[in-house]
Amino acid sequence: MADIRNNFIGIKSPNPFWLASAPPTDKAYNVERAFEAGWGGVVWKTLGEEGPPLVNVNGPRYGAIWGADRRLLGFNNIELITDRDLHVNLREIKQVKKNWPDRAIVASIMVPCEEAAWKAILPLVEETGADGIELNFGCPHGMSERGMGSAVGQVPEYIEMVARWCKANTRMPVIVKLTPNITDIRFPARAAKVGGADAVSLINTISSITSVNLDNFSPEPSIDGKGSHGGYCGPAVKPIALNMVAEIGRDPETAGLPISGIGGITTWRDAAEFLALGAGNVQVCTAAMVYGFKIVQEMIDGLNNWMDEQGHATLDDVIGRAVPNVSDWQFLNLNYVTKAKINQDLCISCGRCHIVCEDTSHQAITQELDGKRHFEVIDEECVGCNLCVNVCPVENCITMEPLAAGELDKRTGEKANPDYANWTEHPNNPSRVAAE
Amino acid sequence: MDAKQLKEGIVAGRLPEQEIDQNFADLHPPLDPHEAMVEADRCYFCHDAPCMTACPTSIDIPMFIRQISTGNTLGSAKTIFDQNILGGMCARVCPTETLCEQVCVRETAEGKPVKIGQLQRYATDVAMNADKQFYERDASSGKKIAVVGSGPAGLACAHRLSKHGHDVTIYETREKPGGLNEFGIAAYKAVDNFAQSEVDYVTAIGGISVENGKAMGKDFSLAQLTEQFDAVFLAMGLAGVNALGDADAEASGSEDAVNWIANLRQAKDLAKVPIGKRVVVIGGGMTAIDAATQSKALGADEVTIAYRGPRERMKASAYEQELAKIRGVTIRYNMTPKQTVTNNGQVVGIEFDREGEHIALEAEQVMKAIGQTLQVSQLEAGASLALSGGRIKTDTEGKTSLSGVWAGGDCTDQGDDLTVTAVAQGRDAAESINKYLTGGDT
Repeated sequence: MADIRNNFIGIKSPNPFWLASAPPTDKAYNVERAFEAGWGGVVWKTLGEEGPPLVNVNGPRYGAIWGADRRLLGFNNIELITDRDLHVNLREIKQVKKNWPDRAIVASIMVPCEEAAWKAILPLVEETGADGIELNFGCPHGMSERGMGSAVGQVPEYIEMVARWCKANTRMPVIVKLTPNITDIRFPARAAKVGGADAVSLINTISSITSVNLDNFSPEPSIDGKGSHGGYCGPAVKPIALNMVAEIGRDPETAGLPISGIGGITTWRDAAEFLALGAGNVQVCTAAMVYGFKIVQEMIDGLNNWMDEQGHATLDDVIGRAVPNVSDWQFLNLNYVTKAKINQDLCISCGRCHIVCEDTSHQAITQELDGKRHFEVIDEECVGCNLCVNVCPVENCITMEPLAAGELDKRTGEKANPDYANWTEHPNNPSRVAAE
Repeated sequence: MDAKQLKEGIVAGRLPEQEIDQNFADLHPPLDPHEAMVEADRCYFCHDAPCMTACPTSIDIPMFIRQISTGNTLGSAKTIFDQNILGGMCARVCPTETLCEQVCVRETAEGKPVKIGQLQRYATDVAMNADKQFYERDASSGKKIAVVGSGPAGLACAHRLSKHGHDVTIYETREKPGGLNEFGIAAYKAVDNFAQSEVDYVTAIGGISVENGKAMGKDFSLAQLTEQFDAVFLAMGLAGVNALGDADAEASGSEDAVNWIANLRQAKDLAKVPIGKRVVVIGGGMTAIDAATQSKALGADEVTIAYRGPRERMKASAYEQELAKIRGVTIRYNMTPKQTVTNNGQVVGIEFDREGEHIALEAEQVMKAIGQTLQVSQLEAGASLALSGGRIKTDTEGKTSLSGVWAGGDCTDQGDDLTVTAVAQGRDAAESINKYLTGGDT
């Protein structure tokens, strides 16, 4: 059995699956249930400064988009940070940590951008025995209007400044949670590192309107006929998150900076992909909010079995393994030639590969043979784009087959060249680097 | 078991009323909106979809299912009605298992086709329950067309002709329109008087008058119609039934399955319909299945379908045969009827030869479902109206050998005796007639 114990910037947990700071981690009751279900750790729902607790809307807080069979693909929320009293939260954190000493509890914090505010709250959190803190510079809705959340995360100088204050005022490890609502994720990540943060976590939610009510023209979720942009998450955001995690992993200035990966993680497979792109562990929210806490058992089991099958003994054997393979486009091998191939035994003849290729791509799939519907790739036309693979409803029915060295590419009339060659050396590139 | 259920002879009320109601309830209860949404999501929106090709009326099935899935149910219904104005009945009676659903790619993929028939019913029910009419008549052409028969072919033809601005008079032999939809198919396939609701829905376009109780060859002649109307469409179905010949007997309990079903369909109270303790149905088509299954549903103790040929030649679909068997009907093959046995003018049994073996079955009722025929006597102009195989010869547009006369549905030599085929023929004949009347080449 693989060892999936996790040590993230010194914070230990029995597995790399943490619940992200969000509604599921707002109180002891939920967190106790999460630990009973098997979650390795939680980031407690964001604490604000002392005083009267803030208030949430009393109408709907969530919106969603669905795929076939009403499976939730994307989720959006306009809930703010915790609306419970700071001291209630702190007491509960302390008690739960005492009850579950082997699990990780990290406190998420969002207070105004003044050193005094951070100085005031840090000792209170430290006193609970929490394992670390996560600075919420990410939430794009509500709190950002008050100069917090993503309003901080969008200004690298603020990130650096607050990270530095925190490092100066607590012994606890500091994780900076990044907002994806920026142009280039590397800048806030670099700022966090310069400010002394021990790690970054990403992505927070993406500014979004999930839908519009076509009866009354209100954005959803609708609060008395009006809507406000919310934070988008769930499976739909995973590709965006993976890219941002990879960008930080391969940026020379931030390479090696520990990352807690967040964004649409729903299965062990999603988690393994984040780890491979350099995340030291992962945080989950939407999947738990859609299916309940039990899903972590599938994640633990699936990750374990995959690691066993692949011969990975520990998480360190997996973490970052895909990072060296993330490349700039210009370095991709232009001599690598693939052709789509349709397995006629698996084909159910839906014809979608044909129509999408015919209408929107390269006219490289037949629709008829001897008067019968028949779908087959025309190698002379196929550019290897993969669209047919993506639309085929049957897994592995259409595959992309690389041409072997020396094999004729019927489209170009040239033989497949086994040598690597990229755009920087290509004759059509006006700024190519001479090959000699 | 209740003593009444096993009572000898032909008696009514073998089963408690409630049980009879249950046996005649909707064969496939309609999908509710959630079920429809889940099912619609399964459709792959195929290109050049096999289901669409398999449909005799060529309904754009992927499109109407996609419209259901997006909440555009009325749009979905219109997609169906554009091709098949009797889409509601076809959704109930089509042998989808040998048409659209047989070729559904999800049948290929996982042995579970998208429930196309059920989805079609869902969409058409929504539109019909809302009495949503999608079609307006074109400006009046001043042309008049006679349609003989108000079954699926006649109704489909009349609707399309009316839409093109022509005035239609339908002549119906019976006292009620609908043809086999009203008098032929099994009751549990079209509950709640659906056939009549559909006639109302189809004729609501206007420009169609239905003359009930008017039989061709009796109340009027084909020659009169061709004289008085600009065009004629014949869709009178098959009013004759094949006889059993020497094996038959003039006796109480010996009846034509078609007539028996027609009476059953018109019965106000099924609990008052008498049925034998033992029933033998002779035949191998859908009529045999419907007669047998409904005999069982009324409480007959033993119901046997005796088919002359081998299993693989039986015309009723495998699905229909299975349905009959599940409902307690025995199907026996290679049974050649030899003699109906009577006692005091009452049927008591029937004897068969099965490949040399003599088989005697006890039965109070013997129903003959051995095929229907065109009543040629209706067509006194028969000499000039060419027939083929005993039915009216037509080309692919429904044109007969007589100028100005078209035909469609079971009375023709085209098609396969399905409701949906009759609809397609009626519709296509209407287009051909329209072309003819408006000066297009035909």
